[in-house]
Amino acid sequence: MPHAKPLLLVEDDAADVLAIQRVLQESNIVETVHHVPCAEEALAYLRSPGNDRPALILLDLHLPGTTGIELLEAIKADPSLRGIPVVVLSVSDEPQDIFDSFDLGIAGYMVKSSGHEELVETIRTILSYWRLNRLPVHHGGYSG
Amino acid sequence: MRDSRCVLLVEDDSIDAMTVRRAFRDLRMTNPLRHVTNGEEALAYLQDPSNDRPCVILLDLNMPRMNGIEFLKITKTDAGLRRIPVVVLTTSSEERDVVQSFRLNVAGYIIKPVDYRNFVEAIRTINLYWTLSQLPEEKVESPNAACQTSVAG
Repeated sequence: MPHAKPLLLVEDDAADVLAIQRVLQESNIVETVHHVPCAEEALAYLRSPGNDRPALILLDLHLPGTTGIELLEAIKADPSLRGIPVVVLSVSDEPQDIFDSFDLGIAGYMVKSSGHEELVETIRTILSYWRLNRLPVHHGGYSG
Repeated sequence: MRDSRCVLLVEDDSIDAMTVRRAFRDLRMTNPLRHVTNGEEALAYLQDPSNDRPCVILLDLNMPRMNGIEFLKITKTDAGLRRIPVVVLTTSSEERDVVQSFRLNVAGYIIKPVDYRNFVEAIRTINLYWTLSQLPEEKVESPNAACQTSVAG
């Protein structure tokens, strides 16, 4: 595969991070997972020119400090970042959170269930969908 | 799909439209499929309040009159329409189309598989993902509705 497909995981819950990273790394579409625990670090990562641009962002909404919705607003207001698909992975099934997230142009909203098996299934479903997708190539290279 | 609302298919190729319909049937998907043949018709459909609102839009890109990118430019800046997830289903693998679509906040970009078996698999995967994913409700709920949902438990 000519292009690495990094995935940015914005998640503050350490147990979820471990479970998600394990499933992601077992899959053959995501080559690297970069994890950040808060919105500030996510933006710093995305705006640092030396970092690979993620193919996909998995975003928790309940983060310490700046919320996931605020981070989503910042990403979608930034012309260089707005084309990165963002999938929300949150414990919240509040209609307002779902409404606000879709209003900001997310590409999916998965409610995190408490069980490990369910979380693994959720991540697998997300991956099988995005494996089917054509994603933008960001490095000026030609995908052939 | 997660709920029973219809799926709006925007597709000018009648064979492809038949293939999507057949895949829905073979997968026993119960969502009604509404079919229009270009962006202009899709907009007219969405703007007519007597039509069912779709939970998901499946959008072809290369269409006469109003193409998929033009349709996205209008719907994704419309406060009443921009929340509906749009999945591009196209033969175009042009990088420019991919980049433009994602900048316009599509929720997926899938190249139409040529043979039927893979086509059904693609529709199955789309259906599974959008069954697991929450979908926005049609309207901002009123404070009363919020009370009703949060009283439980």
